[in-house]
Amino acid sequence: MANDPEEKQPSASPKKEEPSAVNPSAAASEPASKPPATPAVPAAKPPAAAAPPRPPAPPKEGPVALDNDLVKRYKERFGEAIREAWIDRKQAILVIARERLVEIATYSRDEEKFDWLSDLTAVDWPKREQRFDVVLNMYSLEKNERLRLKVYATADERVPSVQGVWATANWEEREVYDMFGVVFEGHPELKRILLPDEWQGHPLRKDYDILTQDTAWVRENLGIESGQ
Amino acid sequence: MADQRIPFATHAETTVLGADEIVLNMGPQHPSTHGVLRVKLRLDGEKVIGSECVIGYLHRGVEKIAEHRTYTQFAPYVDRMDYVAAVSNGLGYCEAVEKLLGAEAPLRARVIRTILTELQRIASHLFWLGTHALDIGALTPLFYCLREREEILKIFEKYCGARLTTHAFRIGGLQYEAYDEFEKDVERFCTPFDKRVDEYESLLTGNRIWVGRTKGIGILTAKEAIDYAASGPVLRASGVKWDIRKAMPYAAYDLYKFEIPTGKNGDTFDRYIVRMEEMRQSRLICLQAIENIPAGPIMGKVGKVLKPPPGEVYHAIEAPKGELGYYIVSDGTTQPYRVRIRPPSLINLEAFDKMIRGHLVADVVAIIGTLDIVLGEVDR
Repeated sequence: MANDPEEKQPSASPKKEEPSAVNPSAAASEPASKPPATPAVPAAKPPAAAAPPRPPAPPKEGPVALDNDLVKRYKERFGEAIREAWIDRKQAILVIARERLVEIATYSRDEEKFDWLSDLTAVDWPKREQRFDVVLNMYSLEKNERLRLKVYATADERVPSVQGVWATANWEEREVYDMFGVVFEGHPELKRILLPDEWQGHPLRKDYDILTQDTAWVRENLGIESGQ
Repeated sequence: MADQRIPFATHAETTVLGADEIVLNMGPQHPSTHGVLRVKLRLDGEKVIGSECVIGYLHRGVEKIAEHRTYTQFAPYVDRMDYVAAVSNGLGYCEAVEKLLGAEAPLRARVIRTILTELQRIASHLFWLGTHALDIGALTPLFYCLREREEILKIFEKYCGARLTTHAFRIGGLQYEAYDEFEKDVERFCTPFDKRVDEYESLLTGNRIWVGRTKGIGILTAKEAIDYAASGPVLRASGVKWDIRKAMPYAAYDLYKFEIPTGKNGDTFDRYIVRMEEMRQSRLICLQAIENIPAGPIMGKVGKVLKPPPGEVYHAIEAPKGELGYYIVSDGTTQPYRVRIRPPSLINLEAFDKMIRGHLVADVVAIIGTLDIVLGEVDR
């Protein structure tokens, strides 16, 4: 309202201007696999009195398959190792083969310029056979884009460590190990980071009850059934 | 490219300590560690040749708690992470959930959010400046900094009733309308504030002791900063001009003009200069914003029961300390399936070992101070 910034930011927000790789419009033009293929309907916008100068398209709700230039480049290079690709809330996600994580991470950093690893974390889906998602949120300072890599792992499978690709992954992998018990192959000192070394179990697993540790301690030290 | 660190523990075990070498334990109750941080230092005389941070003393399992609360119920918890900048935490969380829902707060709400968040940035930087200077031995700035911070906290108190753990924003917009004198209060604070920043600078910038204690200490090059994913002022002081407020504008930042200050050397002094300049820029944003707060509703249409469609979102904001990211996975129920918080303090602290090696014990407090960590956020 007050004044627009003079210098236009390079792709200020993920909107349609340039055919950037993680472009939602690229996905929208795609024959979406989901039935409600509603690519950015302006009518869905609430009739706001003070319409701001921002992208009017409401974010797509739920994941939609993605096949843009970026995904094509990855698929060309790594073939079968790129298992799935979809876009969710305008954010591109690639599911890749676990064994080739380091290779793909290095390629992402050097060739695709996703040089900044925002975050590395995990999600537990106990009903799945490969229960853990290990999630890497990458950002490219040059392209101003984000890309998410995912690998799946069972509780026994080891995930290759990307500590050698991004130094920042060191603590984040330790945290994932601490909270989920995912073991990273090739990590120089994989040990607990937030919890004490003698802690039992991995709290962010869905089957970890928050009272287990308490009750055990109370039983052992106070000789009563439960403190709660 | 990635730095292959020699792990501290194995290093200490496999190498016999030299005649002059000792291992010194600092914290967790040391007054200069800004909370309960424990640092194990391996020293050669007074020179630090290795370090290991031991964290987790304030771990409360925030991410686990989130899985047992509804989206709305979890909002106040994020205030307890970076308790020096609770407003920014709340903004990040609310916007992340809004993104997950596919909703957006009305413009008026976004502008008020921007003003409060920028005031919070100033307050956070003031508190950092006061304590950082105190650690290094300059007692005076603390009193001035807290004097100004107090004014900001009073604005928060008048706005939402709380000074620190504010819970100022709601998912979808705001609960409280700006009070009658809101613009006036912000203006009254902001107008003379640039003179105040000059005042702090007159105490420190040219001060020989200050310069001696900060110049060339804890250097982080741009390449290293990117490798360690440092963010916020730590990254910018290394010369990387990147600010999420500009790169991927959120709230109402695309409406206002401001600069991104950067440093050159990536040392403690540059980080100090960058934060000082950021305070001035935040003041400018506030002044621009109060000129014209658009009329309209303050709450968007999000419904009483929040049930985001299944899926996931990563949303990051430029908190005073760096990139504060929320990665939220929804399974379509009223409770988040997974909330991951990417705390800037934790990731910035990771570069500590890189920065301290080769410096003296006395520089440990300078480097911890310059990273601007809050242990509530490091440990969550």
